[in-house]
Amino acid sequence: MYIVIVGDKMGLFDKFKKVFNIETKKEIEVYEKGLEKSRDDFVSKLNLLNKKYKKVNSEYFEELEEILIMADIGVNTVMEFIDRLKKRVKSENIISSDDLKEVIVDEMFIIYINNEVIVNKINYSSEGPTVILFVGVNGAGKTTTIGKIAYKLISENKKVMMIAGDTFRAGASEQLQVWGDRVGCKVINKDTTDAASVIYDGIVTAKEENYDVVLIDTAGRLQNKVNLMNELEKINKVIGNLIPNAPHETLLVIDATTGQNGISQAKSFKEITNITGIVLTKLDGTAKGGIVLAIKESVGIPVKFVGLGEKREDLRVFDIEKYIYGLFKDLVGGKND
Amino acid sequence: MFENLGDRLQNAINKIKGYGKITEENIGEVTREIRLALLEADVNYVVVKEFINNVKTKALGEEVSKSLKPGEVFVKIVKDELVALLGGNKEDLYTKGSPSVLMLVGLQGSGKTTTIGKLSLLLRKKYNKKPLLVACDVYRPAAIDQLKQIGKQLNIEVYEEGAGNPVTIAENAIKYAKENGFNYVLIDTAGRLHIDEVLMTELSNINDIVKPDEILLVVDSMTGQDAINVITGFNDKLKLTGAVLTKLDGDTRGGAALSIRHLTNVPIKFIGVSEKMDGLEEFYPDRMATRILGMGDLMSMIEKAEEVIDQEEAIKASKRLEKGKFDLEDFLSSLRQVKKLGPLENLIKMIPGASKLGDIKIDPKDLAHVEAIIYSMTPYERRHPEILKASRKIRIAKGSGRSVEEVNQLLKKFDQMKVMMKQFQKGNIKLPF
Repeated sequence: MYIVIVGDKMGLFDKFKKVFNIETKKEIEVYEKGLEKSRDDFVSKLNLLNKKYKKVNSEYFEELEEILIMADIGVNTVMEFIDRLKKRVKSENIISSDDLKEVIVDEMFIIYINNEVIVNKINYSSEGPTVILFVGVNGAGKTTTIGKIAYKLISENKKVMMIAGDTFRAGASEQLQVWGDRVGCKVINKDTTDAASVIYDGIVTAKEENYDVVLIDTAGRLQNKVNLMNELEKINKVIGNLIPNAPHETLLVIDATTGQNGISQAKSFKEITNITGIVLTKLDGTAKGGIVLAIKESVGIPVKFVGLGEKREDLRVFDIEKYIYGLFKDLVGGKND
Repeated sequence: MFENLGDRLQNAINKIKGYGKITEENIGEVTREIRLALLEADVNYVVVKEFINNVKTKALGEEVSKSLKPGEVFVKIVKDELVALLGGNKEDLYTKGSPSVLMLVGLQGSGKTTTIGKLSLLLRKKYNKKPLLVACDVYRPAAIDQLKQIGKQLNIEVYEEGAGNPVTIAENAIKYAKENGFNYVLIDTAGRLHIDEVLMTELSNINDIVKPDEILLVVDSMTGQDAINVITGFNDKLKLTGAVLTKLDGDTRGGAALSIRHLTNVPIKFIGVSEKMDGLEEFYPDRMATRILGMGDLMSMIEKAEEVIDQEEAIKASKRLEKGKFDLEDFLSSLRQVKKLGPLENLIKMIPGASKLGDIKIDPKDLAHVEAIIYSMTPYERRHPEILKASRKIRIAKGSGRSVEEVNQLLKKFDQMKVMMKQFQKGNIKLPF
């Protein structure tokens, strides 16, 4: 469930407290911890800004723009964001920069949510194996993500198979095999350079042996490489021929340190495959991952999972509220909140 | 690489060319566009600010106002500023040690292991070194396997001790290198976050023990504004001697490239330009600046050609051409040479003015089809394409799995090419750009 939000008297963070019950508290802690470094830098900059400018003026907006761009939120998204803020400052007669803090957080939600109901759950197939295809550029973290998602699904008592569809990179299938051994998951490997053929074998086995979920690894490909993108199209056909409507999910894995190129990645991969969600990895560094806001706004793809640490349980279902809360916590609420 | 940034910058600059005079007003409009282009390319915010200020000040300076062609002077200002941002002169790799020791560090997934393979190949080919690869990434599953596979592919030895202590492995590797006549040691390390204290201390420990001559930071060129935090994070703990920018063959606008040197004084030494093992180039700031501004990079193109093209074959082909005897067999051999140059798109982009041709996409399959068709001909047919009539064409089409139309098209293009090449030889043809 999502709260939206405009011009309510109740403070935004009070709303959070109402929404987050005790069960989700542990979950929030993971976000808080994972985003600690990102937040330190981001919020201290915002706080400094508010100290520097008690009143909202054009210099204030210029420096705010700088802070947001430095968080990789995206130039166009930021420009429009600033315009909306300016309008609200005018219409709501906001003078003090302190009063603007909540409006900033509020508007962040609006960029992401945009009056839609956002689904962050995996779309499971009603019968037969659910097929999840992982795609992305080189080094985004596809193989690691698959290992972590397999761990998560196995702990939910699902029968999970991984397919080593990265037949290009040296050591890729071995890497997936190590994950398979680690989390106790079957891995389909084949000594070939033809990714589609490994995937074919894997899905046939999954159908015969009644697997619940099939996770497919693919080679990293830069989105402007025509032949590699064509290969992806072929992979999709092979999957669809074996199981109609599959893949049920195609997740684009994006490194949180990625800048504006993330938008181009989302656009290009979406042209070839029906990307249903994004996995944002490596958010536990100093990167803010702001590009997901721009991607959601301009391409309309939501984030489904987020990597908040190196441990296998650190991959979490993405929740925009927790993300924004994790990023802004010390800005509006207190540190001991 | 950089196409988007290049296009935007060129559009902005072209506006200036239309003005007879540079004024505060029109320069303001153009610099606003340049600013947006740079920000969208992920150039660091601080760098953009400075860049714009410098360009503005210089453009309004005396030199420009006196000039009759302010547009051209403006282009020069932008180019000079770009070269300065990119680091001015080329910085060479240290190669004098016996052995020289190089360590690669970086975030997870930036491309360290692939880069180390490419780098060792370059050292062997260009600097006649005998490199040893050292597997110190003991954390990521199968990282050692990956390095071993790369070593096997390149026929370069890999030193590994399995999942031991990286500091000891590095130390032992250097001993091993000295005993066995290796003169360049390349250490692969595990990817790590610059804020991971345990792992960063591990790197300083390796550094203290083996004292590498070069510590190169591998940076993904798609990195956004966080690049500066990453680079400073690593540079504070280890004195970096350079950076390698990877994945520039994507459609990245490469803002990190324009920010690293200026903000940290760490020079870029190499760039990764393809997935192939020979896809690593030494970095020349001025050449990169001209490429960004669409002025082409003929130097790099010629060097690349010299590196891969078989001189004798080329001379043979041109002699046959002179005699008017250029046939499909020669065409096939030239095709093979061209293929060695890597993706054709990359090559075309180095031609001055080629960016104006728009986005050129060449499907490598097209070339493969051409090859398949020629391979399906008998040697006699290749030497005498004029004998190809309907029944032969049908056979060739069947043999290559292509259509007769495609066979016809190929023959037609080959004839056109022959005519063009003859004119080219006589020196009376202009490049289409």
